[in-house]
Amino acid sequence: MPDNKGPDSRQAYWRANLRLVGLCLAIWFAVSYGCGILLVEPLNRIEFFGFKLGFWFAQQGSIFVFLLLIFFYAWRMNALDRAFGVEEQETTEKDIA
Amino acid sequence: MSLQTLTYLVVGLSFLAYIIIAIVSKAKTTGDFYVAGKHVHPIANGMATAADWMSAASFISMAGLISFLGYGGSVYLMGWTGGYVLLALLLAPYLRKYGKFTVPEFIGDRYYSNGARAVAVVCLIFISFTYVAGQMRGVGIVFSRFLEVPVTIGVLIGMGIVFFYAVLGGMKGITYTQVAQYCVLIFAYTVPAVFIAMQITGNPVPQLGLGSTLAHEHTYLLEKLDGLVTDLGFRAYTEGDKSTIDMFMITLALMVGTAGLPHVIVRFFTVPRVSDARKSAGYALLFIAILYTTAPAVGAMARFNLVNTLQPGKVGSAEGNLAYAERPAWFRTWEETGLLHFEDRNGDGRIQYFNDANPEYAARAEGYGWKGNELKVDADIMVLANPEIARLPDWVIALIAAGGIAAALSTAAGLLLVISSSISHDLLKGILMPGITEKDELRASRVAAAFAIMVAGYLGYNPPGFVAQVVAFAFGLAAASLFPAILMGIFSKRINKAGAIAGMLTGLVFTFCYIVVYKGVFFAPLRENIPANWLFGISPEGIGVIGMLLNFGVAFVVSRLGEEPPLEVQQMVEEIRVPRLTGT
Repeated sequence: MPDNKGPDSRQAYWRANLRLVGLCLAIWFAVSYGCGILLVEPLNRIEFFGFKLGFWFAQQGSIFVFLLLIFFYAWRMNALDRAFGVEEQETTEKDIA
Repeated sequence: MSLQTLTYLVVGLSFLAYIIIAIVSKAKTTGDFYVAGKHVHPIANGMATAADWMSAASFISMAGLISFLGYGGSVYLMGWTGGYVLLALLLAPYLRKYGKFTVPEFIGDRYYSNGARAVAVVCLIFISFTYVAGQMRGVGIVFSRFLEVPVTIGVLIGMGIVFFYAVLGGMKGITYTQVAQYCVLIFAYTVPAVFIAMQITGNPVPQLGLGSTLAHEHTYLLEKLDGLVTDLGFRAYTEGDKSTIDMFMITLALMVGTAGLPHVIVRFFTVPRVSDARKSAGYALLFIAILYTTAPAVGAMARFNLVNTLQPGKVGSAEGNLAYAERPAWFRTWEETGLLHFEDRNGDGRIQYFNDANPEYAARAEGYGWKGNELKVDADIMVLANPEIARLPDWVIALIAAGGIAAALSTAAGLLLVISSSISHDLLKGILMPGITEKDELRASRVAAAFAIMVAGYLGYNPPGFVAQVVAFAFGLAAASLFPAILMGIFSKRINKAGAIAGMLTGLVFTFCYIVVYKGVFFAPLRENIPANWLFGISPEGIGVIGMLLNFGVAFVVSRLGEEPPLEVQQMVEEIRVPRLTGT
């Protein structure tokens, strides 16, 4: 278990977060800009259930991947919050004020 | 019951629902008014965000645009959804942790400067007003087409409804009406799509139907469509006509712009916890994706229907084209609105619909005895006329009207709220009259909301020439000004006041000028808006990306030259990076 207290663990938490963000953004870029735009022509030669693959990524596939990415990130971050002991308690009235 | 009466009934019932919700969820504190007391469940917030986000343009125009642009329309599909990944990963959780009320407030606190806050207010008001004018116009148009009242009356009714629930309920009222509006609009959008997918492909799920074979032959829909449109001289549906760099830049500008739109960002201030903000962005995208993955199917199927209707026989044969006298009923209805316009150029009494801008095709067309394209089709018709083309019952048509109005009103209300809160909270309380009591501030925000509605109504009734360019403007400016400032505020402790202000102004001025030069706003464009003239081949729609890069660059260099931000600001950045502080 990492140390829950102090700036060192906070740095480690932040680095782990940045790694996760980096990974997710790499996938985000690859499906939309990569498969949907830059590589669309070679991919269009591949048939994917009645779609040209590049066209499918541009019109449907990237949206599905975006969706999975956000829920994946939320799930991994909740785990990370707990591992570093920085998860939130139940909301208190103080939080709202 | 006539269609007219039915439409009045359905739209009237939806209005009644919005008003009841508004009365039930009246705002009592400024916290209620600005951020719904931070009590909104992440799923409810996701629905509200989806309704907030999906405007009259998404509902009415997007599928039509895709149906004419084919692959090129993908910039809207990816651009208007991919921004939620940026929001969920880079902005929403941290801004929720920050925990105050408005976007300019964050910028003002992080860059310890009322100047930065004021610049952010200017960006926000400009972005939001250009956007809201389009919504009011959309309300007016839906009213005039379906309820046959003049556009002016339509705008006034729309203003009245928004006035009622935005001024009374603030963010709290808006949130719960948006949840209802989401349900209305998504139902109205998907029902006709399901029927049309059934008719054309035999598959009731439009998303799957797009990749299915046709109901009565063993050819794939998209393959068939490519053949049909290329036979008429159009570009194949699955291929685009924009250059790769322009596709890339427009998509990126729309994504970053989405993540930088204040009325979207502020929705994530309303959930109880940081982890809810992350999840809520996912729910928002889920609810948006239901419409955004249906739209390309609607687009392709509507184009298929249109071409098949107009060209029932072999291309080039004398009887291949639809005789004008035999046009279907929906054709007549939409001709009356001017969205379809036929002109018999070669005098044969038949409709020739083809791409007369294609020089290679011209010789063939001439050989057929065609004298140019005879039919003008407005892109908006693809969604609006869908139920009639598919011969759906009248209540579905009435539903489309209620859905279009719901889409426009929900977006307008969200925009008006961020305008009013930036006036009452940032300008008044933050900068001009810091001593104001909460009760007076709440009153001021209501007055500001009422004032914003008047201005929006005026803009909708009397639109300045640039309403059509709203998309380029609002997204480009959000991408070039607010998004980089917020992002650097969270991910860098080194960017200081001078850097942030210089960066925002550079991004804003550059993007504004580029769009004005090519699109012309208050005067004719200074340079012709064609690819050969563009900087690096980037159209005004995509230029926000360059504005954003300039913003980052200038902010970085200016910050390096100056001093580090004060310790308490660096401490604040540390704090927003973790959901809960432990130790030290």
